[in-house]
Amino acid sequence: MEPPEVATELYVLLSAILFILGTLGVLLRRNAILIFMSVELMLNAANLALAAFARQWGNLDGQLLVFFVMTIAAAEVAVGLALIVAIFRTKKSTDIDDLHLFKN
Amino acid sequence: MENFYNLVPLIVIIPAAGLLINLFAGKYLGEKGVGIVAVGASTGAFLVSVLLWIALVDTGFEAAVVNMPLLDGWIRIPSAGVEIPWQFRVDTLSVTMMLVVTGVGTLIHLYAVGYMHGDERFPRFFVYMNLFLVFMLTLVSGNNFLMMFVGWEGVGLCSYLLIGFWFDKPGGEGWRNSDAARKAFIVNRVGDFGLVLGVLITFWTFGTLDYYKPHEEPLPVAAHGAEESAPVFAPDVPEVEEVEHTPSGPLGVFNQAHLWLEEGGHRVDFGLFSMSFEATLTVITLLFLLGATGKSAQIPLFVWLPDAMAGPTPVSALIHAATMVTAGVYMMVRSNVFFHASDTTSFVVTLIGATTALMAGFIAMGQWDIKKVLAYSTVSQLGFMVAAVGVGAYAAAMFHLVTHAFFKALLFLGSGSVIHGVEHGHHHVAHAREGEHHAEPFDPQDIRNMGGLRHRMPVTYWTYLIGMLALAGVIPFAGFWSKDEILLDTLKLGTEQGRLDGYIGFVLLLVAAVFTAFYMTRQVALVFWGAPRTEAAAHASESSPTMTVPLVILAVLSVIGGFMNIPDGFPVLGSLFGVHELTSWLEHSVVYAHAGSFNFLLATAAVLLALAAIYAGRLIYNDRVLRTLRLDPLEADPRTSRAFALANAKLYWDEFYFKYIVYPFRDAAHWLADRLDWAFWHDFVHNEVIYGTFQRATRVLTEPVDRGLIDRAFNAIGETIRAAAARLRTIQTGYVRTYALSVLFGALLVMFIILLPVIRELLGM
Repeated sequence: MEPPEVATELYVLLSAILFILGTLGVLLRRNAILIFMSVELMLNAANLALAAFARQWGNLDGQLLVFFVMTIAAAEVAVGLALIVAIFRTKKSTDIDDLHLFKN
Repeated sequence: MENFYNLVPLIVIIPAAGLLINLFAGKYLGEKGVGIVAVGASTGAFLVSVLLWIALVDTGFEAAVVNMPLLDGWIRIPSAGVEIPWQFRVDTLSVTMMLVVTGVGTLIHLYAVGYMHGDERFPRFFVYMNLFLVFMLTLVSGNNFLMMFVGWEGVGLCSYLLIGFWFDKPGGEGWRNSDAARKAFIVNRVGDFGLVLGVLITFWTFGTLDYYKPHEEPLPVAAHGAEESAPVFAPDVPEVEEVEHTPSGPLGVFNQAHLWLEEGGHRVDFGLFSMSFEATLTVITLLFLLGATGKSAQIPLFVWLPDAMAGPTPVSALIHAATMVTAGVYMMVRSNVFFHASDTTSFVVTLIGATTALMAGFIAMGQWDIKKVLAYSTVSQLGFMVAAVGVGAYAAAMFHLVTHAFFKALLFLGSGSVIHGVEHGHHHVAHAREGEHHAEPFDPQDIRNMGGLRHRMPVTYWTYLIGMLALAGVIPFAGFWSKDEILLDTLKLGTEQGRLDGYIGFVLLLVAAVFTAFYMTRQVALVFWGAPRTEAAAHASESSPTMTVPLVILAVLSVIGGFMNIPDGFPVLGSLFGVHELTSWLEHSVVYAHAGSFNFLLATAAVLLALAAIYAGRLIYNDRVLRTLRLDPLEADPRTSRAFALANAKLYWDEFYFKYIVYPFRDAAHWLADRLDWAFWHDFVHNEVIYGTFQRATRVLTEPVDRGLIDRAFNAIGETIRAAAARLRTIQTGYVRTYALSVLFGALLVMFIILLPVIRELLGM
């Protein structure tokens, strides 16, 4: 017996929910690393959407794009964590609310 | 020999060079050096004059016109037809003047070296004297009226500079000197006004100012010279006939005038009106007469000459006796063609001359200042010359001009010698008693302070006496001949032509001649005769040779000078010295000069009257009077005291002028300055009206407009921007999360814009 086809819309919905969760994490979290995790969540949400659409149209371009996104995410994380470490050395805190040197 | 004509520019160049040397190097040369330069320059000019005289004699008295090198076309306006070159005229008249000016001038320069000894501005004095020579010689040697005018003005300037030479004397005297200088200049200006107008009208009428163009013969060519016996110093003058002159181009003014007068009916157009040529000539000559009354000190402009005695005596001698004051007479003789044509003017000239002669002679009798007596005497003698011009006796006028230059210069220089002598006496006395050093004011020119100088200053005395006799017109001295000729010609105007001015003039001149003899006797008596009346006079000493030698030379000239024009029919002397030498000489340039004749009766009468006046003078100013002299005998005598007071007060001319001209002028000037210019124009119009309105206008603009409107507008803009900026500044929170939110909003906005068509479709719009 064949498993039931899952509709692509459900994947997209899941992707949207994940994206929103990620966005909320970015906006509401104070810890810098957790903000990064949220960003990763947003990226992966986009990956999910891409993979779902690739499956739907039977076109592997979507999966290709997933690879690109993942690579970029990795690079971005490397750089970002390096920045956080550098900031942490001075500030001794990962709380982003402490970074307000540009405040008026 | 006629190449000597080309030397004539030197006659102004040499004195000019002399004055420049003294001007720039004077202080290094010392008195002797300056004197040598100045006297040398004057002598140089005299030598040039002599050479010119020789040249004229050699060429048969033919006149020559010589251009000034380097100054060919002086004033040239081709489009207006104006051509006035700087041209010298060498003819018998101009050379006569040159000889007098440079000859007497050199003697006076020499005298001045001694007279001005010790003066702190010694070089400056001689600069001015040479400058005077430059201008005077320009005046007499010019070939056109404009050069004459340049010289005319220039000698007026030098007169001013020299009269006021001691402007820095302390105690008010310096002021008096500069006042006198200014008076001379200003009064002369009135006369100059007349001359300028005359010259302008001349130019308008004739289109040129040249006396004669280079190759013209004066018309009507004088034919008299050939008839008289040949002059002693020149070869035979050939017979000259009336030349039919057909002009090839524009003529000089005199020939042109002659032609128009012959034609008759010529009219001169002045734009708004036109006048007959004869009337125009009358106007011109009357204006020239006005000029002459200024420069030659006639009524009504003579008042400057007595005041001019404030200047140093050499100045009085040179300028105000021998030369400058004769410029007016020269000018009229030069214009004889004009004056001959106008009977009206001749009438006026004769009367002015004769009246001036009498009036000045009267005033001279009541003066106490030695130089003032001579000044009024000069005015009087100039009156003789002017009257001679008026009656048409041009040669007689020039003759008297020359002889007068001799004896009047002599008298002035002699008076200077006297003044110096008395001053030295005064110093001598004051030094002797040290306490009273110049304590009391002492006027060395007041003849009441003199007396008995005959023995103290013999050379001065004898030369002065000769001068006095010459002036009084005693035969055989120079003045007799010239004065007699004038008297006779004036009388003849009445007897031969029945003209009233001839008779009146004759009477006035005759009385003036009597006065002359009288006042000169009075002066000689009070100065030289009797005994010294003051200590200063008692200690006076004779002057140095630089001063006495010119006196002697001039005395000799005063004795023999008259022989240059002995009239026809005079026994002995006529054949000895030649007859009418000067007249013949002058006839070549002065076309209406004529030889006067000799009237034995008149001459004898004139001499006897003069001698009588001298005798009367001796009687009145006898030794007893001379010893005490509280009052002038004429003052004391009730019959003559009023007259004496009038004479002493100079007939109140100055008071009259002050009251009716000077003070009103000054008051008008003050009114214009204080009320019109200052109070009205400055205070009211400028300050109140213009400045006040301006201030009020700007005040309106600043207060409400500038502060209220414009400031407020700009302040409001600034305020708005500031407030907005304050608000907008709050965006910069510095918080990362805020920025993240912004990014989100931005992304949503972009998405929204991209999806806009889809949304529209979905909503069915």
